[in-house]
Amino acid sequence: MSTSKKKSILIKGGHVIDPSSSLDGVMDLLVQDGRIEDISPQNGQNTPPDYEEINATGLWVLPGLADIHTHLREPGFEYKETIATGTKAAVRGGFTAVCCMPNTQPVNDEPAITRYILKKADADGACRVYPVGAITKGQKGETLAEMAALAEAGCVAFSDDGNPVMDSLIMRRALEYSRIFGLPIVSHAEDTRLSEEGVMNEGITATRLGLRGIPNAAEDVMVARDIALCELTKGRLHVAHVSTRGSIRLIREAKSRGLPVTAETCPHYFTITEEAVAGFNTAAKVNPPLRSKQDVAAVCEGLTDGTIDVIATDHAPHHREEKAMGFDNAPPGISGLETALSLSLRLVSKGVIDLNRLVELMSVNPCGIMSIPTRKIAKGVDANLVIIDPELEWEVAPDLFVSLGKNTPFESLRLKGRVVKTIVYGDVIECL
Amino acid sequence: MTKDLLGIKELDKDDIIRILDTASGFKGVLERDIKKVPTLRGKTMVNLFFEPSTRTRMSFELAGKRLSMDVTNVSISASSVTKGETLLDTIRTMEAYGADIVVIRHSSSGIPHLLADNVTASLINAGDGFNEHPTQALLDIFTIRQHKGRLEGLDVAIVGDIAHSRVARSNIYAMGKLGINVRLIGPPTLIPAGMDSLPKVKVFHRMEEGISGADVVMQLRVQRERQKGGFFPNIHEYAKLYILNGRRLSMAKDDAIVMHPGPINRGVEISSAVADGERSVILDQVNNGVAVRMAVVYLLSGEKTSRMMEERRQRTEDRRQKTDHKLMPAQERRQGTKDRRQKNEY
Repeated sequence: MSTSKKKSILIKGGHVIDPSSSLDGVMDLLVQDGRIEDISPQNGQNTPPDYEEINATGLWVLPGLADIHTHLREPGFEYKETIATGTKAAVRGGFTAVCCMPNTQPVNDEPAITRYILKKADADGACRVYPVGAITKGQKGETLAEMAALAEAGCVAFSDDGNPVMDSLIMRRALEYSRIFGLPIVSHAEDTRLSEEGVMNEGITATRLGLRGIPNAAEDVMVARDIALCELTKGRLHVAHVSTRGSIRLIREAKSRGLPVTAETCPHYFTITEEAVAGFNTAAKVNPPLRSKQDVAAVCEGLTDGTIDVIATDHAPHHREEKAMGFDNAPPGISGLETALSLSLRLVSKGVIDLNRLVELMSVNPCGIMSIPTRKIAKGVDANLVIIDPELEWEVAPDLFVSLGKNTPFESLRLKGRVVKTIVYGDVIECL
Repeated sequence: MTKDLLGIKELDKDDIIRILDTASGFKGVLERDIKKVPTLRGKTMVNLFFEPSTRTRMSFELAGKRLSMDVTNVSISASSVTKGETLLDTIRTMEAYGADIVVIRHSSSGIPHLLADNVTASLINAGDGFNEHPTQALLDIFTIRQHKGRLEGLDVAIVGDIAHSRVARSNIYAMGKLGINVRLIGPPTLIPAGMDSLPKVKVFHRMEEGISGADVVMQLRVQRERQKGGFFPNIHEYAKLYILNGRRLSMAKDDAIVMHPGPINRGVEISSAVADGERSVILDQVNNGVAVRMAVVYLLSGEKTSRMMEERRQRTEDRRQKTDHKLMPAQERRQGTKDRRQKNEY
């Protein structure tokens, strides 16, 4: 990306927070040629002659967020989302980089697809896109995809997301083989024999609705298996969308033994429970399913104590008509890019995490796990920033999403704190 | 009552009693030589069944005809209609034909709720997935009241595949609202999660324990496909544990009645001797089904009280607003078509 002719920007008087640079205070940021040129206490800038000033008084200035779990749907499902609309939604939500999952049509299991995605992203993308390649050919769980070719084409991790790798031997091989590249295997932990035909969390809510349940154990047994395989192979394991207290217990224990395990959760798993499904609300159908209060509490605890490394969105846009097919037939997924940060800020206001930890969870750790360029706020680093108004109250209105996916269980929810501007490699994008 | 009968969950105790009392009146009609009243002449009932059914469909058909309605039956294989838009289109078509009452059965839970939100015709849920089968529960309760003369404080044992039974669920909710004690009996594999947390519900895995001292024993039909699902080893072992035979029935109260929603598997969940015995009220259930369904249809479409009319108007209004919002693209499409037509682009 050429950054030579970008306008200089002075972000004035914002509260700058970045634990990776030990920044936490009111400061001015000078951005020149797409890079952070100067960070200094207020009124101490050597400003260039021609610059745009952003008054950030009362606002927070954070490193640009990175989402390591996004479904951009392109190629193949452009009626759900495109690289253009998905990345726009990302930027509006404060993200300056997204890692897109390979369950497209065709599946991103060969370098030609990876290159296609990157080319599209370069042309239409509002932010950086880092593709995740498939673990197995066609995500069928049978034979390994050509990981070397995928890595060379630009894949930053491997996942069969949407499907688990049910065959333990294939998973073992994937974890072993991926060590060549040092890239993580992202596990969609679900024993499909246990979750078979289930459409929501198993429990009294499912019983009352007459819907087939998915027990916590469907996730727990796979997390346990993958941790055992991680221990055996020393391959890097990243557990996607953790939703159960059991998984969190297992991951906590694995980390305490120093295994190379990382984990992510999503805003819906720490914000709402299975009760959101009441009334057959397909907007609350998601996989893994929304769980119980105890699980939500455990997820929060995992975010606090470091068991969970990342808040990812699992942004899964679907067409309105697909979500109107009745609960059994509606596809699972939540359009999450435009609500993730505000929902996570609730954790800050509730005291579950502090702002520094939020930055770790949504920017520092995601970049680290996927080995993508850091978003940190430091001199000479590309200017990827998010400016947040912590006091701004707003109501979630899916019709106003820029994502094509309007599927959110948070419709009409009032939230406090919102992205005002996102700066992507020095370009300022208005987000309100 | 509101526009639709989607489930017992949506009713309160007074609604249930009102339906039962109305049904008593219609039962009188069914005992006459001429079993027909002109009450709903000119009204139309459509039986929209996405799942095979003989009994329930016939019961609704008769209920409509006894009320002098025009009745049409539509059977559609669920597999041919999997997309929601198609379902919505189907129900709107029924409405365009002038259906006042649409009786719907579908293998997926919640489909009647989805459709009810999008039409002004009254919907009656005739069974959705494992969720509810409200008219079956109502006729069961009606039959219990007929034989026991009371409801509150009775002990009812429901035996079998509770997990996959909408009949059991609707009965559990109705009985809970009416102060009836429910004992669910079945293997742990067929008792859904959280059932024992419901008020007035106790769970048993041994038939003898659960049945002892019961006023009513309701056996559920066991589907042979559950054996394939591994819920029990085979049908013989199931029968050994849960069949209602004379010996087991003797553990219930002396005047206990035996019920079954049908069709029965003789020798599997119920012995022939018990099914045909003097304590069996299975055929009364069938007979009462028509009266109860007449009552539901009558209350939803026939009763011309201002309250009902007002309620319906208001709900329709609310729904319209909701629907407008939900279905914007379709409306835009229609508007687009109109515009193009006006411009003679066709």
